[in-house]
Amino acid sequence: MSAVNVNVDVHHLTRVEGHGNIVIDVKNGDLIKCEWQIVEAPRFFEAFLRGRPYTEASHITSRICGICSVGHATASLRATENALQVEVSEQTELLRKLLFHGEMIDSHVLHVYMLVAPDFFGAGSVLPLAASHPEVVMRALRIKKLSGDLCAMIAGRHTHPIAMTVGGFNHLPTVKELLAMRERLVAAREDMDETIALLKTLPWPQFERETEYVSLQKDDEYAFIDGRIATTDGFTYELSEYRKVTNEYLVPHSTAKWSKHNRDTYMVGALARFNNNYAQLHPRAKAAAEELGMAPIVTNSFLNSAAQAIEMVHCVEDGIRIIDELVDRGIEEEPLYQFQGKGGEGVGSCDVPRGILFHNYVIDDNGLIQSANCVIPTNQNHANIEADMRALLPQVLDQPQDKIRHTMEMLVRAYDPCISCSTHLLDVEFV
Amino acid sequence: MADNGRPKVAFFDFACCEGCQLTVVDALQTHLELVEAVEIVQFREAISEKGEDYLVAFIEGSCTRKEDEERLKKIREQAAIVVALGACAHTAGVNALKNIQPSLQDVREYVYGEKWDWYNTYPARPISAVIKVDAFIPGCPIDRFEFLEVVKQVLLGRTPAIPDYPVCVECKLKENVCLFDKGGVCLGPITRAGCGAICPTVGTGCEGCRGLIPKPNENAMKDVLKDAGLTVEQLMSMRTIFNAYEPVQIEAQG
Repeated sequence: MSAVNVNVDVHHLTRVEGHGNIVIDVKNGDLIKCEWQIVEAPRFFEAFLRGRPYTEASHITSRICGICSVGHATASLRATENALQVEVSEQTELLRKLLFHGEMIDSHVLHVYMLVAPDFFGAGSVLPLAASHPEVVMRALRIKKLSGDLCAMIAGRHTHPIAMTVGGFNHLPTVKELLAMRERLVAAREDMDETIALLKTLPWPQFERETEYVSLQKDDEYAFIDGRIATTDGFTYELSEYRKVTNEYLVPHSTAKWSKHNRDTYMVGALARFNNNYAQLHPRAKAAAEELGMAPIVTNSFLNSAAQAIEMVHCVEDGIRIIDELVDRGIEEEPLYQFQGKGGEGVGSCDVPRGILFHNYVIDDNGLIQSANCVIPTNQNHANIEADMRALLPQVLDQPQDKIRHTMEMLVRAYDPCISCSTHLLDVEFV
Repeated sequence: MADNGRPKVAFFDFACCEGCQLTVVDALQTHLELVEAVEIVQFREAISEKGEDYLVAFIEGSCTRKEDEERLKKIREQAAIVVALGACAHTAGVNALKNIQPSLQDVREYVYGEKWDWYNTYPARPISAVIKVDAFIPGCPIDRFEFLEVVKQVLLGRTPAIPDYPVCVECKLKENVCLFDKGGVCLGPITRAGCGAICPTVGTGCEGCRGLIPKPNENAMKDVLKDAGLTVEQLMSMRTIFNAYEPVQIEAQG
């Protein structure tokens, strides 16, 4: 590096979920420090799940995160169902997928419009955009209301769902409600097109770094719930083998664990899903990808936000398809699962907005949780974030310090880190 | 006050999931005028500006580390009005579940192994255990309309009226069939209303995310619980998901 001095010290990065610091120290061209520090207060979810009845698991773990509460609840329920060998009906699977799409859209629109876009508009937040670009802000709020209403229709409430339970749902939407939602999703196509059109105009930073991309994969659909683990380096695993991928370890400057697999780091999230499962995207989503000039394998982390927009398009279309199937079948009350007096161990996995999530529980014959392990997508990204920072730094060193700081902030924001989720880490060997 | 007469407000968060702050953001979907009624000078999750001259501070999250106390006290010094936002700030919420595990040392080692002492923590507590709180908005998460109502009351200099009666009242008003009559269990007799009994309405028992009411009617409860084969004591002990915190948990270490 040339003989420059850079001192970037971002305390509590804004416009990300949770508390993280960016610390970069370059003296006379020597890199002293380039760190992504997680300083979020740990909450110890895995430890305090112990001794709780299995019926509470999804209620408690949804509180890991306010954005991806449905994601956690779903992974939690799948882990419990696998542990107790509970079969779920096709109706439940369809409802869960539709609900998941709702949260995917909700999380992505928040990230793209409210957390990332302000940087491209030179604003500190979405608030000034309400005056300067009202149609953009109204569109974001409209999409978010649609997705929030979709989640509430199925789960009773979006943030911290109420109707989800082991084996199914306590409450079901009516066909009338589903049809009304379908109309709104169809109407949202215009907002999806405008979103892609907007992203096409943005000056995305040019940055490439090869890494391994990890996500769920299924044969018959773009995977969000269940499936197998797949990586762009060609590895596949059953869900029960998740530890072979996550390989968590501790670093001193972070309250969250790091992960590595075939290389020193790997990436999860929308870009990882896009790179692994592009073939299964809805045709409209593929068209959106083409508009944005994206085709696998994309190695520019900044484009994670663009991949999220492509997924928004996919979720709207697939949501319509699922509603059509549910309406065709009719909605039926189904008996709820009753505990059979036999425990077990299970792994549940979902690819939530920020990436692949694992919940692993051991439940005893009294129905109480004996041990719990949760591997969070953002945890798995922390090492990749820092590696990206180190790779990007030499490319921007000749710029004014403020611009370096801003570019680094944008890089971290592109990952859509969910830090409250990731600050709890555990690798327990269940004996 | 801002130059244009709008009161300055700020949002802070401690140990939490940020779901309450996100609910505030979602309130803008129907009440975008909120950003004209107040000037938001700090809200880390949503804006980059960091103003320090706020009149009203909304705090989400529990206090779970000694160093959090300093930050809370600074906010208390600056703000004329401090509002606890959501269960974590109000009752310590799910964060207090670690307080009722066999030992904090065991909890720390279970999660962080040999590196347990790298990461600070102590028994979780509501922010009112550290600073004086002027108002609270209960719930996990908060209800966005209750939030807007509280903001209005606070800006008018009034104490917001949060219900002190049980969730049962709202369930009855909705003409729900009581979950106890359906063979289920619900904390409604002892928990705080104001949510519209949303959980029992959707078919699952109340778990008390808004906290307990000051004076539960134990006599009336006994008969309801008898058919479910529960005593009042048993029902009270089920309230731990969001109400595990007890002051005695922090008295030992001061």
